[in-house]
Amino acid sequence: MLAFNFFGATEGGLFDINATLPLMAIQVVALTYILNSLFFKPVGNVVEKREKFVSNNIIEAKNKLSEVKKLEADLLTQLQSARTEAQRIVSEAENESDKLYKEALELANNEANASKEKARLEIESQTSAARDQLSKQADDLSELIVNRLILEK
Amino acid sequence: MFFNSLLTNFAALEVGQHLYWQIGNIRIHGQVFLTSWILLGALLVFISLGTKKMENDPKGLQNLLEFLWDYIRDLARTQIGEKVYRDWMPFIGTLFLFVFVSNWGGALIPWRLIKLPSGELGAPTADINTTIALALLVSLSYFYAGLSNKGWRYFEYYVHPTPIMLPFKILEDFTKPLSLSFRLFGNILADELVVGVLVFLVPLILPIPVMFLGLFTSAIQALIFATLAAYYIGEAVEEHH
Repeated sequence: MLAFNFFGATEGGLFDINATLPLMAIQVVALTYILNSLFFKPVGNVVEKREKFVSNNIIEAKNKLSEVKKLEADLLTQLQSARTEAQRIVSEAENESDKLYKEALELANNEANASKEKARLEIESQTSAARDQLSKQADDLSELIVNRLILEK
Repeated sequence: MFFNSLLTNFAALEVGQHLYWQIGNIRIHGQVFLTSWILLGALLVFISLGTKKMENDPKGLQNLLEFLWDYIRDLARTQIGEKVYRDWMPFIGTLFLFVFVSNWGGALIPWRLIKLPSGELGAPTADINTTIALALLVSLSYFYAGLSNKGWRYFEYYVHPTPIMLPFKILEDFTKPLSLSFRLFGNILADELVVGVLVFLVPLILPIPVMFLGLFTSAIQALIFATLAAYYIGEAVEEHH
């Protein structure tokens, strides 16, 4: 056993190396095993499980986010096409209603013209009939007048 | 007269006095084991309490222990490397915790109030046996780490990058444990002595900043010891290309 004597001590001293050394080494090795099973393993399991959980969740969330972005883009294109479709339909409907309106207008115009023409013709015929009747009555009246005048004489 | 009283005061510090226990025909320093058992007992109780009910949502002590675990993992991972740090993390962590608990326990607990028949209680790391034991364990560890990871190729390290390095690398195997053990021993012993002397000379206020400095030194020494141990192991398992 090594024993250095320092500071005038008959036994011991600062550098008194004895069986404390190997026993302390054994104690530290034992402590390593105890701490490994009591501290490092259980805490490590919990921490690494949580880290795995967190990283898995992050990956999952990223996947979901990319999916959402894809869906969003999809929806956006759908929306775009729906919008152009709607625009097309609206303009088509506008054209059609325009056409219908014009047609109806034309039809109505024609009808109005026709009935106007008919009325004019009727008026004309009635006028001529009335004129005929009037001239006939004038003839009758003149004949009557003439007869009376003749009878009086 | 003054010097006489000073000398008796210094004598009252009982430098180099030990409480000897006789087991068979071997003698050991009882005070080192007493304090180490008390401190390690406290550490184990603390850790048992913190790991008793582990939850995915850490609360209270578990938080602290997880922080500690993370700290030790980072230390081991940066020094040893991604590949084998898992194998050595418990050892590095134990070194860190042992040195830290010993240093702080020695500095924070007023051991002097407990009278022993011979010697006095103090930080276990203020005894050269403890620090040499730790340093030799580190030496064995890095040899074991190198040999188990690389087999006989471990010895390529001694001639890397040139064979000129061989004597220096061999010398390093002796200076590494020497510097590890004496750095820790010297720092902690010096801190205890400074605080002790100051407490004897000026019992009030003046020792307090030195005590705080001692706490700082103690923590730093624990970190240095663990970091260097991890670095040596990392150096031994490192692949040279």
